[in-house]
Amino acid sequence: MAKALVIYAHPRPDRSEINGPLFETAKAVQGVTPVDLYAEYPDFDIDVDREQQRLVEHDVIVFQHPLYWYSAPAIMKEWQDLVLEHGFAYGKHGTALAGKTFMNAITAGAKPDAYSQAGLNHADLRSLLLPFEATAHLCGMRYLAPFALFGAGRASEGNQLDIHRNAYDDLLKALVADRLDFEKAAAAPFLGDVLDEFLIKTGAM
Amino acid sequence: MELLSEAFVYLCAAVIAVPLANRLGLGSVLGYLIAGVVIGPVIGLVGSETTEVQHFAEFGVVMMLFLVGLELQPAMLWNMRKQLIGLGGLQVAGTTAVFGLIGLALGLAWQTALALGMILALSSTAIVLQTLNEKGWLRTTGGQSSFSVLLTQDIAVIPMLAVLPLLALGSYHGGGQHGDQAHGGGHGGEALAALPGWAQAVIILAVIAGIIIAGRHLLRPVFRFIAEARLREIFTATALLLVIGIALLMDFVGLSPALGTFLAGVVLSDSDYRHELESDIEPFKGLLLGLFFLTVGAGIDFDLLFGAPLLIAGLAVGVVLVKFLCLFALAVVFKLQGADRWLFALGLAQAGEFAFVLFGIAGGTGVIPPDLLQTMTLVVALSMLLTPALFILYEKAIAPRVVIQTERAPDVIDKKGRVVVAGMGRFGQVVSRLLLTAGYDVVILDHDPQTIENLGRIGIKTFYGDATRPDLLHTAGLEEADLFIAALDDRDKQLMVVEHVAKTYPKVQILARARDRHHVYELERAGALLAERETFESGLAVGRRALIALGEHPFRARTRTRAFRKHDINMLENLRDNYNDGGVDKSYIDAMRAQSATLFELMRAEHAGAGEGRDERGWNPPPKGDATL
Repeated sequence: MAKALVIYAHPRPDRSEINGPLFETAKAVQGVTPVDLYAEYPDFDIDVDREQQRLVEHDVIVFQHPLYWYSAPAIMKEWQDLVLEHGFAYGKHGTALAGKTFMNAITAGAKPDAYSQAGLNHADLRSLLLPFEATAHLCGMRYLAPFALFGAGRASEGNQLDIHRNAYDDLLKALVADRLDFEKAAAAPFLGDVLDEFLIKTGAM
Repeated sequence: MELLSEAFVYLCAAVIAVPLANRLGLGSVLGYLIAGVVIGPVIGLVGSETTEVQHFAEFGVVMMLFLVGLELQPAMLWNMRKQLIGLGGLQVAGTTAVFGLIGLALGLAWQTALALGMILALSSTAIVLQTLNEKGWLRTTGGQSSFSVLLTQDIAVIPMLAVLPLLALGSYHGGGQHGDQAHGGGHGGEALAALPGWAQAVIILAVIAGIIIAGRHLLRPVFRFIAEARLREIFTATALLLVIGIALLMDFVGLSPALGTFLAGVVLSDSDYRHELESDIEPFKGLLLGLFFLTVGAGIDFDLLFGAPLLIAGLAVGVVLVKFLCLFALAVVFKLQGADRWLFALGLAQAGEFAFVLFGIAGGTGVIPPDLLQTMTLVVALSMLLTPALFILYEKAIAPRVVIQTERAPDVIDKKGRVVVAGMGRFGQVVSRLLLTAGYDVVILDHDPQTIENLGRIGIKTFYGDATRPDLLHTAGLEEADLFIAALDDRDKQLMVVEHVAKTYPKVQILARARDRHHVYELERAGALLAERETFESGLAVGRRALIALGEHPFRARTRTRAFRKHDINMLENLRDNYNDGGVDKSYIDAMRAQSATLFELMRAEHAGAGEGRDERGWNPPPKGDATL
């Protein structure tokens, strides 16, 4: 059993259509510690000791957030700047995070084809998220492909949100149960609503 | 109907005269006396029946002593014992002796001289306490000493009540004059007269012991039982029954009823029903005493006054002068300083309302001859009439001068700093501690010794002095300072000090604590770089927590609070030009109303989720219809 830390950031929880419900899903999963950064630190005065302690106590760290300007909402950057200290997260003696697993769980406004060389953004999702990946590597963590929902602006209209919530539930439970195939998950362009190919088949072992 | 019409006259006089006298600073006792003078000698509405009424009204004294007893918790008396026995005891004994000797020198019988001495030693608790309270002097050393002496005097009345009848001159004793049942100490014990002396003593001791034991163990359950019945008027009736019962019992065994009720009061002073008893008896006492003073006023012999006005005025001034000298000597012995010494000596220099009560007994037993009694009643009343003048003398002529000489001199400021903070109250402390912990040298001024001592204990050095005084600000080093923080509590002083610093030290930046929006404008005009409303940010903090408590997301609560804050500060800016020094005019009110309406609409629109609140500028999702996304 692994312990997962879901760090969530959304500056307008009252207007969130996807991330809010997704965070509710995360809260309900056993073995997941949910953290709402904007709720805990509305003035951005992040408690570094407490956050580092949380990191130490967990095996998997998930950044759950909407994709803002190809990155995370501001408080998440502040969190990285303050919590991932030299001597803790990186540097000669900074090995507190080594061996842990890190991933983003994002919602993107544009449709999937916008995230390609030929598309609107002239780059694929993994390329755009490289700063997170590089951060994870510098801290000695394994970086998995992002769990992503595209076209988030319209996702609440059909049953897409429910499907995505179920997938998120499956993903978090698999992470806690150590059933995610890290090799495959690290190599994928992104993790979508169909997770079967990334799960370790218990019966086959 | 005669009773009703009499009551109407007395009440009418009291209702008109007492508030007027109070308004003029004369105190209620003088108000009653004056009312009595008006309805008696002046317009003759009441006549000889006042003596009868007076005997009835004397029961107010018994009630008063019950209340005095209730106020005197044994523990409190014990704590004050030094003051009471030392200062108070010496005042009563010393003044009695001085007046007694003067009496003897004037050829009075020793009994008369002693009686007069005791009576004149007392001061007016009613007038003095009320004045000290009103002027806020009760907490000063002079006020505290005065209070101790008054308390001693109240207690000393009891032995005086007992002693006066014993002083009765032979020729008057048994002369048929003792109709005074309420104070029939020493001569009322007809019931026991047949018994031998030792048996009388045993019975008297048994009665006193009985009151103490019954008060402790019997009265409390009785009061609890009555209180549980929740019949307010029966509780009052029980309280009255207790006082009257004890008075009768004491009279029966030949002791002072006042002494008995006083004792009962002390015994009940630490019971749960103390406050209820107090509030029940208080109005009866007040009215009866008032009636008593009315009758004293009505009984004043004006022929006597106008027959020898100079003699009586001279005697009154003489009494005040002698008392003043005795008190002043005591004040010196007990090391009262400067203004306190004067307050103490001038404030207590009059004779008191108890004199009228004691005169009643002294007259009844004949220890003071009737002519002298009439004269002295006038003298006492006049001396009380002089009291407000003495307080005015103290306040206007003496206190201002003495205070400057003897007030603690400002500290020598041997420290320099880039910042000078004036006022180390709740506000100044926060600012100063922030700056000090940030490592800046701060010169802090305050004028409250207690604050300075407390801060000294936690290692913050504060200099004593009045920050509104230019010389102190100069020695605080404002010449070389960069920043002055005005954090005084007093609105006007704050304005004064900002104005002075802005004019005298133009290079110094001034940050000021403001009481409200108008104060902000005033301080800015006086030269403050910034004036911050002292409760604005803390009010917002609580408001924000309230939004969270109502279920809003903390970040949303923050955003909305900031929007409100921004709007309010805008309003402060926008209304600045509408604010005139004299206050607000219609344009100010209109502008304010318009601004508030805008804000209200904005916040409401936001709440409804319309998302058009440009004040908030939080992240908003892009419109769903945008095809480029």
